[in-house]
Amino acid sequence: MKIVPLWSDALLILLLALVVAGAWWSRKQAHLKDAWRKVGASGTAMAAATVLAAFVVVGVLDSLHYRPALPAKGDGPVQYSNEVLSVLDALLLPLKSRSEKTYSAPLATHLFAKESLDGEGRDFPRLKHGGVHLGQDLAAQDGDIAMRVLTGLGLGVALWLPLWFWVRKRKIGAGDTAMGSVLGTAFVMLLVAGPVALLSAGYHVLGTDKVGQDVLYLTLKSIRTGLLIGTLTTLIMLPAAVLLGILAGYVGGWVDDLIQYLYTVLNSIPGVLLIAAAVLMMQVIIDTHPEWFATSAERADARLLALCLILGVTSWTGLARLLRGETLKLREMDYVQAARAFGVGRLAIMLRHILPNLMHIVLIALVMDFSGLVLAEAVLSYVGIGVDPNTISFGTMINAARMELAREPMVWWSLAAAFAFMFALVLAANLFADAVRDAFDPRAVK
Amino acid sequence: MRLVGYMLLLSVLLAACGPVWNDPYPAADRGRNILYTAFTERPKHLDPVQSYSEDEVAFTAQIYEPPLQYHYLKRPYELIPGTALEVPKARYLDGQGYPLPDDADAARIAFTDYVIRIRPGIVYQPHPAFAEQPADISRFHTLADFPNRGTRELTADDFVYEIKRLAHPRLHSPILGLMEEYIVGLGDFAKSLKQSAPANGGWLDLRRHPLSGVEVIDKYSYRIRIKGKYPQFLYWLAMPFFAPVPWEADRFHSQPGMAEKNLTLDWYPIGTGPYMLTENDPNARMVLERNPGYRGEAYPCEGESGDREAGLLADCGKTLPFIDKVVFTREKEQIPYWNKFLQGYYDASGISSDSFDQAVQVASGGEITLTEGMRAQGISLTTSVATSTMYMGFNMHDPLVGGDSEAARKLRQAISIAIDQEEFISIFQNGRGLAAQSPIPPGIFGYVEGRAGINPDMYDWVDGKPRRKSVEVAKRLLAEAGWPDGRNAKSGEPLVINLDTTATGVGAKSRIDWLNKQFLKIGVQLVVRSTDYNRFQEKVRKGAVQLFYFGWNADYPDPENFLFLLYGPQGKVKFSGENAANYANAEYDRLFDEMRAMENGPRRQAIIDRMLTILRHDAPWVWGFHPKDYTLRHAWLTNRKPSKVGHNTLKYQHIDAATRERLRAEWNRPVLWPLLLVALLLAGIAAPAIIGHRRRERMSGVAD
Amino acid sequence: MLAYIIRRLLYALPILIGVNLITFALFFVVNSPDDMARMQLGVKRVTPEAIEKWKAERGYDRPLLWNAQAPGVAAATETIFFQKSVKMFAFDFGRADDGRDIAREIATRMAPSLAVALPVFALGLFAAVTFALLLVYFRASYLDFWGVVFCVAMMSVSGLFYIIGGQWLVSKVWHLVPISGYAGGADAAKFLVLPVIISVIGGIGSSTRWYRTLFLEEITKDYVRTARAKGLSERAVLFGHVLRNALIPILTGVVVLIPLLFMGSLLIESFFGIPGLGSYTIDAINAQDFAVVRAMVFIGSLLYIVGLLLTDISYTLVDPRVRLQ
Repeated sequence: MKIVPLWSDALLILLLALVVAGAWWSRKQAHLKDAWRKVGASGTAMAAATVLAAFVVVGVLDSLHYRPALPAKGDGPVQYSNEVLSVLDALLLPLKSRSEKTYSAPLATHLFAKESLDGEGRDFPRLKHGGVHLGQDLAAQDGDIAMRVLTGLGLGVALWLPLWFWVRKRKIGAGDTAMGSVLGTAFVMLLVAGPVALLSAGYHVLGTDKVGQDVLYLTLKSIRTGLLIGTLTTLIMLPAAVLLGILAGYVGGWVDDLIQYLYTVLNSIPGVLLIAAAVLMMQVIIDTHPEWFATSAERADARLLALCLILGVTSWTGLARLLRGETLKLREMDYVQAARAFGVGRLAIMLRHILPNLMHIVLIALVMDFSGLVLAEAVLSYVGIGVDPNTISFGTMINAARMELAREPMVWWSLAAAFAFMFALVLAANLFADAVRDAFDPRAVK
Repeated sequence: MRLVGYMLLLSVLLAACGPVWNDPYPAADRGRNILYTAFTERPKHLDPVQSYSEDEVAFTAQIYEPPLQYHYLKRPYELIPGTALEVPKARYLDGQGYPLPDDADAARIAFTDYVIRIRPGIVYQPHPAFAEQPADISRFHTLADFPNRGTRELTADDFVYEIKRLAHPRLHSPILGLMEEYIVGLGDFAKSLKQSAPANGGWLDLRRHPLSGVEVIDKYSYRIRIKGKYPQFLYWLAMPFFAPVPWEADRFHSQPGMAEKNLTLDWYPIGTGPYMLTENDPNARMVLERNPGYRGEAYPCEGESGDREAGLLADCGKTLPFIDKVVFTREKEQIPYWNKFLQGYYDASGISSDSFDQAVQVASGGEITLTEGMRAQGISLTTSVATSTMYMGFNMHDPLVGGDSEAARKLRQAISIAIDQEEFISIFQNGRGLAAQSPIPPGIFGYVEGRAGINPDMYDWVDGKPRRKSVEVAKRLLAEAGWPDGRNAKSGEPLVINLDTTATGVGAKSRIDWLNKQFLKIGVQLVVRSTDYNRFQEKVRKGAVQLFYFGWNADYPDPENFLFLLYGPQGKVKFSGENAANYANAEYDRLFDEMRAMENGPRRQAIIDRMLTILRHDAPWVWGFHPKDYTLRHAWLTNRKPSKVGHNTLKYQHIDAATRERLRAEWNRPVLWPLLLVALLLAGIAAPAIIGHRRRERMSGVAD
Repeated sequence: MLAYIIRRLLYALPILIGVNLITFALFFVVNSPDDMARMQLGVKRVTPEAIEKWKAERGYDRPLLWNAQAPGVAAATETIFFQKSVKMFAFDFGRADDGRDIAREIATRMAPSLAVALPVFALGLFAAVTFALLLVYFRASYLDFWGVVFCVAMMSVSGLFYIIGGQWLVSKVWHLVPISGYAGGADAAKFLVLPVIISVIGGIGSSTRWYRTLFLEEITKDYVRTARAKGLSERAVLFGHVLRNALIPILTGVVVLIPLLFMGSLLIESFFGIPGLGSYTIDAINAQDFAVVRAMVFIGSLLYIVGLLLTDISYTLVDPRVRLQ
C-alpha cells in the first residue's frame, strides 16, 4: 500500500495540529482559560461537542488515504491500484463492497422494483447481500432484526459502562465541567450505534441507492466533505483576513483605503455569481492539466480545495472588517501606546500586542461560519457549482435524491439519511458555536 | 394569532377559486379545448433557418410548414406531401444539363433537379406584417399592439426566399455548410451577400439577389438543383429549414427599433401551419392557438399494424387540427413537472422528459408497465424506438485503445463486452432502450432484426434472444491483448482507461459509479473526467480523449445519417467533421461512398451488411443503446403517437376536456385538516405565552 | 447631504470598474469567445466559418484587453473589455446569447422576483421581530430556552429540505396550492403563498435569534432600568423603549438588503418556476451566457452600493446625532 497525502488531508491535519497547539497555548492565558471553562460548564455545549467529536473522528479516519497494492505479478515492481481508499473505507469494507443492483429499502431483503425473473413471472428479486443469511426463511426476518437490535443495545450499554466508570473514578474535567451531559450524549450515541453496527452486518440499514451502494456508507463518507468545507474554508482565508484586517486597522492611511476598496469590491459581487465564475475557472484549469492528477480522487480533491478557496474569498471580508474595527480600538489602548512610546517596532506590536488579543474573534468566526458553510455546500451542488460530481457529499446526495422523490412509490431513504446526518452535524455545530461565542465575546449577554 | 387570521383569509381566498385549489391555470380556461404541456429548456431560436434543437422544433414544426412531412402513423417513416402537391421526383442531369434516365449510374449524374409544386390557396396566419401600419411604431411593444392584421396567399417565392435566407449574412444556419455542398450556387451566393449586406442592420431584400440553383417557375412551383445524386435531400425538405417565409415578415422585423423590443423573426414565427404563436414568454409560457386560416388537412386513415387496436384510427378523415389552443409551461424542476402531470395538469409527458423515467416500472426483460396507482388513474404508455443511438467512442488516434493493431482491437472488444448495456438500460433508462448491435437503430433501413442482425463479436444467439458474451470472454480477449487481469503482461502495470463525459448534473455520480463497477469486472481501472460541455468538445476536437460519451439523433431516417459518423473523411481531428472516433478504414469508406446515393433495396442492404461487419470487428465504439421514445398520457388525450423525426404532431391530437375536468376535480380535492392543525398549533404556542404573561403581570403587580 | 450622496455615488465608480474587471477576467479564462460561439451554435455541424461569423457579429473578434495593432488610444478601446464595459455604465447591457435584449429581459423579470421577495421580506421581518420580542419577554424561562433551541434547530435544516418537503406536503399530498408556476396580477396569489411561507420559515430561525440578541443587549442598558424603576409595566418597557431603540440596528441591518431584493432568490425561483431574476441568473450560469452574468453582477454590485448608501442615510434619519459630511 502506498500512502496518498491529499492536499485536503494535509490541511485538515494542519488544522487539528493548530487546534491542539492553540489549546496548549490558551492554557496559560487566564482569560481564555476562563472562557473555555465557561464552555465546559454548559451542558448543551458539551453534548454538542461530543457529537461533533464523533463526526470529527469519522472525518479524520476518512482523511487518511492510501492506494492499495495490486497482487504481485511476476517479479515486476509492486503496482498500486488507481483507486484511492481511506482508513474509513477499510473499516467499512463490508458496507462498501456489498452493493446491490439498484434501489432497496432500509433493512429490505428484496429489491425495490419488480423484475421478470427467468420463467417465473414478475417479482421482487432477492438482494445479493441484504439479508442473505436468512436463506429461504424470510419469516425469521423480524425476529432476526429484533435480536440484532437487542444485542446492539446491550453492546452499546456494555461499551458505555466502562467509560462511565472511568470518568467517575478519574474525575475527568475541571471542577464544573458538564461531564454528565457528555456521558448522556455518549450513551445515546452508543445506543444508536450498537444496533446499527450489528444490523449493517446483515442488512442495508439505510437502504441502497440507484446503483445499489449502501446509503449508510455514503452518508458516513459525506461527513468528511462537510467537515472540510466547514473548516478549511475558514483556515484558508484566515491568513489573508487577519493580515489585511490588522494592516488596515493599524497602519491606516492609503493601506486602509486600498484594503477597504478591495473588500468592498469583493463584497459587492453577488456571492453565487462570483463562486460560479471561480469554480468554472478552476474546473477549466483542472481539465487542461490532467497530468497534475494521478487519480480521480486527486482531481476531485483539487476541486474541493478550489471550492474552499473561493468560499473563503467571498467570506473573508466580513472577518477582515471585524478585525479592522477591533484593531482600531486596540491601537488606542494604553499598553499599545506605551509599547509605541518605548519604540517597539510596528511589526512587533502587531504580532505581540494586537494579534493575541484578536484571537477570540478569529475563534468565534471559525465556529460561527462552520454550519453556514456546510449548508452552502448543498445549495452550491444543487446549482452545479459545488464539489466534483465524483465526491460523496451531502449536496450530491440531496441532488441525486431529488429525482427519487418523484418515483412511485417514493424512494425516501437517501434524502432522509442525508437530512438526519446533516441536521445532526449542523445542529451540534450551531449549539457549540453559540456556547463558544457566549463565552468568548466580551459583549455577549447572558 | 395574526398568522391564523392570515391562514383563514387565505383559505377564503382560495375557496373562491372553486372545487380545486391547486389549479395552476386561470379559472376562465376550465373545460376549454386546450392541451397543456411543458418545456424544460427555453428555446433559443424560432427562426426556421436557425432552429435545430428539439426544444425549438417542438414549436416551429407546428407553425412552419415545409413542402413535405412524415406520415404520422406509418413506420418505417414515410414522406408525404405537406404544402407540396406531391413528393417531388428526382430528375437526373449530366454535366451538360441533358436529362438522364432514372436508372442512370450515380457516377454519370452531375446534377439532380427537384421541381416542387405547391398546393394553391394556402394562406398565412393573420399578421401585422401583411397590413399597413401607422407610420410611428415606437409606441408598440408587442405584436399584439399593432392595430392592423392581414394575410396573403402562399406562393413559390416564399420557399425560394427561405432557401436564400440560409445564406443570410446575419443569420447562422447550422445547415449552411452542408447545403453549400449540395445546392448549386449557394456557396457563391453566401459570399456575394456578405458584400451587399447593409451595415446598419437594415433589411436585405433577398429577392433582388439571384441564386442560380433555386428558381421560381411560376406562382405555384419552384425548382431546386443539387449537385450529384443525393436522394436524402427529400428528407431535408420535410424540415423547417425549407419552410416558406414571406419577405414581408423580414421587412417588417427589420424596421428600426424592433430588435430592441425583441420583436424579431427569431422570436415571432409566422407561418401557414395549423397553429400560430400568440403568447411568447420563453421564461414562463408559450401559447399556440389555432390558425384561423389553416387549410384543414384530414386525419390519416391508415397506419402501421396495431394502430387500429390502439384507437389511433378512430378520427380517420376528420379535419385537423382538433385542439384550439396549446399551452406550454416552463418547468425547470423535475419534481413539480412530474407531480403536475400526476395531478392532471399536464396532459402528456413533454418534450424532454427525464423525470418521467421514474414513473415507469420496468423489468430487465424489457417490458414496461405502469405502477398500479397510475393505471388506476387511466394513464397509458406508448413506446417506440427512437431514431437515435447513444454510444461511447474510442479515440482511434489514441496510442492505447486506438489504431489498427490486433491488440488494440481486442482491448476495445473486451471493454465493449464488459460494459453491460442491458443493465445500464434497466437501471438508468428504466428499460426504455434497446442495446445497440450497430449504429443503425430499428426503423431505419439497414437494420436487421433477429439472429442475422446481432453483433457476433459481442453477442451469442441463445434461445431466440441475443445474449451478451460473458465476462470470461472479455477477460480472455483482454489477456490476448496483452493485459491479463487488467495488468500489463510485461511490466505488471495496471490498465487505466480515461473516460471523458459532460455528465455533471443530477444522477451523474451514479452513472460514474456504475461504470466503475463495469470496468472492475475485468480488472480495468477507470478514470472518469467529467468536464463542462465546451471543454469536452475541445478535447474531442483535438483528439485529447481516450474514451468518451456521445450520442446522435438522426436528422432524417436514412442509414447514411448514421454510417457517416464513422466515415473517414468526416474525421473530427483532421477534417472537423462528425466522426468523433476518428475511425478510418479504407474499405468502409469505399463502401460508404457506394451506399450513400443508392436507393433502398437488397443491393444497398448487402453493402450495409458488409460495412457493419467491418465496424463490429473493429469496434471503434462501445455499441451503446437506442433509447426508446415513449409517451405517458392521460385517458382524455388521444391520437398521440411518439415520433422522433416528425415533430408537427400537435395537429393530430385530441382532447376530451369534460373528462379531464371531472378527473382533475376528483384527484385534487383539497385536504383541509392541516390548515386546522396549523391554526391549533399556533394557538398552542400562543396559549402558554398568554398564560405566562398573565402570571407575570400579576406577580409584578404584587411586587409593586 | 446631497453633496455627500453625490460623492458616495462617485466612489461607486472605481468599485464598479473593479467588479467589472474581476468578472471579466474570471469569465474569459473559462470561456474564450470561440467557446461561447460553439455553445450557442449547438452540437451538430458547426463549421469554423460559422464561429468566425458569430464572433464578428457580436463584437467578440477583437482582442481581449489590449489591441496591439490599433494605434494610440484605440489600443485600449478597440478591445472586447472596453467595448463591452463602457456600454454597461450607460445601462446598455447588449444582447444575451440567444439574441434577446438583456435590459428588457431584466425589466420584465423584476416584477415576479419582487412579488416573492417583498412579502418574504416584510412577513419575515414582522414574524421574526414578534417572536424575538416574545422570547425576550419570557427571557430566562423555559419558554425562552426552548424557543432558542427551536430557532437553532430551524437554522440547521438546509433550505433545500424546506422546499422539497413543503412542495411535497402542501402541494402533492394536501392539494392546497399549485406546485409551481406563476401568473401576473391577482392570480399570482395562489402561486406565491407556498414559496413565501417556505422562505419565511426557512429564514425565521436565524433572524429571530439575531433580533433576540439585539433586544437583550438593549434591555441591559440603563435607560431601561430607569424606565422600569419608574414603575412602567414590562409590556410598556418592551414596546415603548426597547423596541424603539432596537429599531436602529434592525433598520440599518435590513436597509442594505432592500435593494438586493431585486436580485430574486435562486432556489425558490427555480423550484417554483417563477420567472424572476434569480432563475435568470441560474440559467445564465448553466448556459455560461457571459453577457447576462456580467449584467447581473453589475446590477448586483450597484444595488449593493446603493444599499450601503441607504444605510448611511437611514442612520441620520433614525439618529439625529449622526451627521453625514
